[in-house]
Amino acid sequence: MDVEILARLQFAFTIAFHYIYPPLSIGLGLLMVIMEGLYLRTGNKVYETMARFWTKIFALTFGIGVATGIVMEFEFGTNWATYSRYVGDIFGSALAAEGVFAFALESGFLGVLLFGWNRVSSRVHFIATLGVFLGSMFSAIWITVANSWQQTPTGYQIVGEGMEARAEIVDFWAMVFNPSSVDRLMHVWIGAFLAGAFLVLSVHAYYLLRGRYEELSRKAFKIALGVATVFSLSQLFTGHRSAEYVAEHQPAKLAAMEGHFEAEGPADLYIMGWVDKEEQTTTGIALPGGLGFLLEGDFDAPVTGLNAFPEEDRPGQVNAVFQFYHLMVAIGMALIGLTLLACFFWWRGTLFQQRWLLWLFVWAVILPQLANQFGWFAAEMGRQPWVVYGLLRTSDALSKVVTANQVLFSLIGFSLIYALLLTLFLYLLNKKIKKGPYDEDMIDDRPRQREMANVAGGQ
Amino acid sequence: MIVPDNAKWPTWPAASNPSPKRLYTPDKMKILVRLFPLLLMAVILTSCGTDADSGYSTIAGIDYPTLWFLVVGAVFTGYAILDGFDLGAGAWHLFFRKEESRRIALNAVGPVWDGNEVWLVIGGGTLFAGFPVVYGTLFSAMYIPFMLFLFALIFRAISIEFRSKEPMRWWRQTWDVAYSVSSILLAVLLGVVLGNVLLGMPLDAQHEFTGSWLSFLNPYALLVGLTSLALFMMHGAIYLSMKTQGRLFVKVNVLLKRAIIAFVILFILTTLYTLLYIPHLSDDFKGNAALFIVPTLAVLSIANVPRHASKQQYKRAFLFSSITVGLLLITVAIELYPTVLLDSSGMGNNISVYDAAASDKSLGIMLLFVAIGGPLAVSYTAFVYKTFWGKVEMDEFSY
Ligand code: HDD
Ligand code: HEM
Ligand code: HEM
Repeated sequence: MDVEILARLQFAFTIAFHYIYPPLSIGLGLLMVIMEGLYLRTGNKVYETMARFWTKIFALTFGIGVATGIVMEFEFGTNWATYSRYVGDIFGSALAAEGVFAFALESGFLGVLLFGWNRVSSRVHFIATLGVFLGSMFSAIWITVANSWQQTPTGYQIVGEGMEARAEIVDFWAMVFNPSSVDRLMHVWIGAFLAGAFLVLSVHAYYLLRGRYEELSRKAFKIALGVATVFSLSQLFTGHRSAEYVAEHQPAKLAAMEGHFEAEGPADLYIMGWVDKEEQTTTGIALPGGLGFLLEGDFDAPVTGLNAFPEEDRPGQVNAVFQFYHLMVAIGMALIGLTLLACFFWWRGTLFQQRWLLWLFVWAVILPQLANQFGWFAAEMGRQPWVVYGLLRTSDALSKVVTANQVLFSLIGFSLIYALLLTLFLYLLNKKIKKGPYDEDMIDDRPRQREMANVAGGQ
Repeated sequence: MIVPDNAKWPTWPAASNPSPKRLYTPDKMKILVRLFPLLLMAVILTSCGTDADSGYSTIAGIDYPTLWFLVVGAVFTGYAILDGFDLGAGAWHLFFRKEESRRIALNAVGPVWDGNEVWLVIGGGTLFAGFPVVYGTLFSAMYIPFMLFLFALIFRAISIEFRSKEPMRWWRQTWDVAYSVSSILLAVLLGVVLGNVLLGMPLDAQHEFTGSWLSFLNPYALLVGLTSLALFMMHGAIYLSMKTQGRLFVKVNVLLKRAIIAFVILFILTTLYTLLYIPHLSDDFKGNAALFIVPTLAVLSIANVPRHASKQQYKRAFLFSSITVGLLLITVAIELYPTVLLDSSGMGNNISVYDAAASDKSLGIMLLFVAIGGPLAVSYTAFVYKTFWGKVEMDEFSY
């Protein structure tokens, strides 16, 4: 196989794997801050137990996030040397800022967050939790800015020619606030909050169904439901903002997302469909002219289609971009529906009697994860064939000296190691969930479960 | 562990450790200390200029690429000192036989290893940002060692994380081996990459590597690899001496003696090899005899390690082994500068800090980042070390 395919495969695989964990860490971080904050305010130990339990799971996701993140940082140099030289001036500064400001903050406080329960006051511990959470939010800022610059470059100039060409910063703030960074950052953050909130919802729904730790789980479920509802709704809004910037700055990507070929004409808005690149047709359930309406408020508004671009400047995998994008949107809608429904029952006071709904929440943990992955795949595959949109092609960005065999070696290595990592992660996650929020030695404090409640005439 | 009761878990606002000492004593020294950064800023701001030759801006007469070279050097030195001791401690892991000892050794690095590793992340970031050309060329040239390095990093992280999660013997044994082997591999690979940087590599006019993918395996690089392993193991053993008690402490002491001997022998070998076979590395020293002070101090500092260790003054021994790591890396920096990557093909395609550097603007912004973020990062680090100061105590949150 050729180096380009292998290198792209390796990059996509390693970063997609990395991206399973950071969203969980960021999202759980938010919930831990809320839980510990509630503990400080109310002094109710239940919130503390909850926060400690989620800290342990956080430790797991965080650990794997770190281990797989360092891979990403090195990979730019090892596999994409030409790209690194080209964007070093810009991308490098974002990555350096991430290290200096974000990772130092996170891992500085991490030790105290995980091991400091017995050593610092609960207030200092809260500050450590907040520090770790803010650190993870910051790291999302810088990396998203760097990626957004690749999507919509601004604030640079090109110096040198041919293989020597490089982008240099002219205006730092224009680089940071390039047209897509703010919208995408919001979208990425919220995607992460949803990933964390749905994990909490899933685990506590499971406990409730099994009749374990009911008091604690009800409280935790409600906290997470609040977070999930607010952010599912906001995600629709930030997603719409993203689509607007894509329409403006990356019209070829938008055309691929909606399977729109005609160079200049009204475009349909698909609920679902199938794109045939050869025949240039898209079939499916659509709202005629809907895309134009969303963007311009007019069903007849013309939208630029793929045929307006030369063949070599169009994304290669139109159908994949279309599917990933539509799946993400569909999941977004499903999350809104699910959380609103749960809020309705909460308001009616019958939330915890809806066993079917709780079961849905147990499984819904996978949805935000999938939406996060699909979103990135749509955004990154829609950017092709460019690494830096309109400036540098993916095929030119590789390391000249690295051979296919070398990449194959590392790709196989990563596949094996990551398979092991995922297995261990799932195994230990499952174990921690089974063990529950109360420690062995606190067994006597553990509220007796349903049997006890029944004896006491409760519920 | 005992059941945590309310007495041990003070609820807010009762602070767990109300120390009686007054925080703000209006003391002249302290005011001076507080004013110092401001003074420094003033000096720096009044001494900015532009270097006529390179076109880069200067601060206090030093141009940006050189300053950034110092920043990258400082970060990697920080990394070597900090991660050096936990890699070293990891390398010793299999020498401890009892489960209890292994747990203590692991928990000695438990709360800090992740923070230490961040220095590597920052090092990679600062290299990428300041010298993108070196980052691209070096990393793609050393593809295989870097990939092995990444594999080992992952294994090390997960073995620390997962070891304590199951009580089974085979489980713990497996992760113990993974932890120790990956720590050793990391220490050696760091040295191998350093050795190759010192040796230089064939480059073309576009600053692309032209050698073979296996050329990283050469005797000099391997020797430097072993030397850094020995250095880290010595450094790690001193750290463990500070953190352990009782029989484990005695055992660590025996190991420390061996590590010192091994390191001194390897150090002498590397020095001789460098002087005899890689003459270009001593050019800078021949040109400026005053620079000899650095390697001389390094040797003195090495001599201080066994002196303090034998008197059981481990904090001082640790200080000196940290200084040793620092001085050795400063020696390396002097040997290289102004080149970062040497061309060994004889065509003179060396990559100097000026060929490799990012734009003046970018370097200026990042120097500002470092000026703000650096002290912050140091203060978080200090906070963690303070919290976990002293001998290892196990509780239910330990590994
Ligand atoms: C939305 C957020 C986000 C995105 C898009 C990425 N990461 Fe990440 N990354 C994080 C959010 C994050 C995090 C939550 O902040 C992590 C997880 C655990 C941690 O320490 O930080 C992290 C860890 C992490 C680490 C280890 C840090 C440490 O040791 O503490 C590195 C080097 C990277 N990442 C680098 C990357 C690169 C080069 C990416 C893309 C090209 C990338 N990450 C995508
Ligand atoms: C974390 C979530 C991300 C995911 C899941 C993701 C996914 C992908 C995928 C699937 C590809 C391959 C595209 C293809 O070959 O068709 C890719 C390529 C790439 N992405 Fe991302 N990406 C993510 C974030 C980022 C970020 C944050 C950056 C940079 C800051 C980035 C930079 C790149 C680069 C340089 C390539 C390789 C060149 C290319 O094929 O375009 N990605 N990514
Ligand atoms: C509800 C409707 C949604 C809409 C209209 C929407 C819209 C978009 C658009 C247009 C992009 C592409 C941006 C680009 O190409 O740069 C995108 C990317 C993305 N989406 Fe969504 N999205 C929605 C829901 C979600 C949900 C629920 C999640 C996760 C829980 C999510 C996660 C992501 C991620 C991680 C990306 C990649 C990062 C980025 O480019 O911003 N999206 N979304």
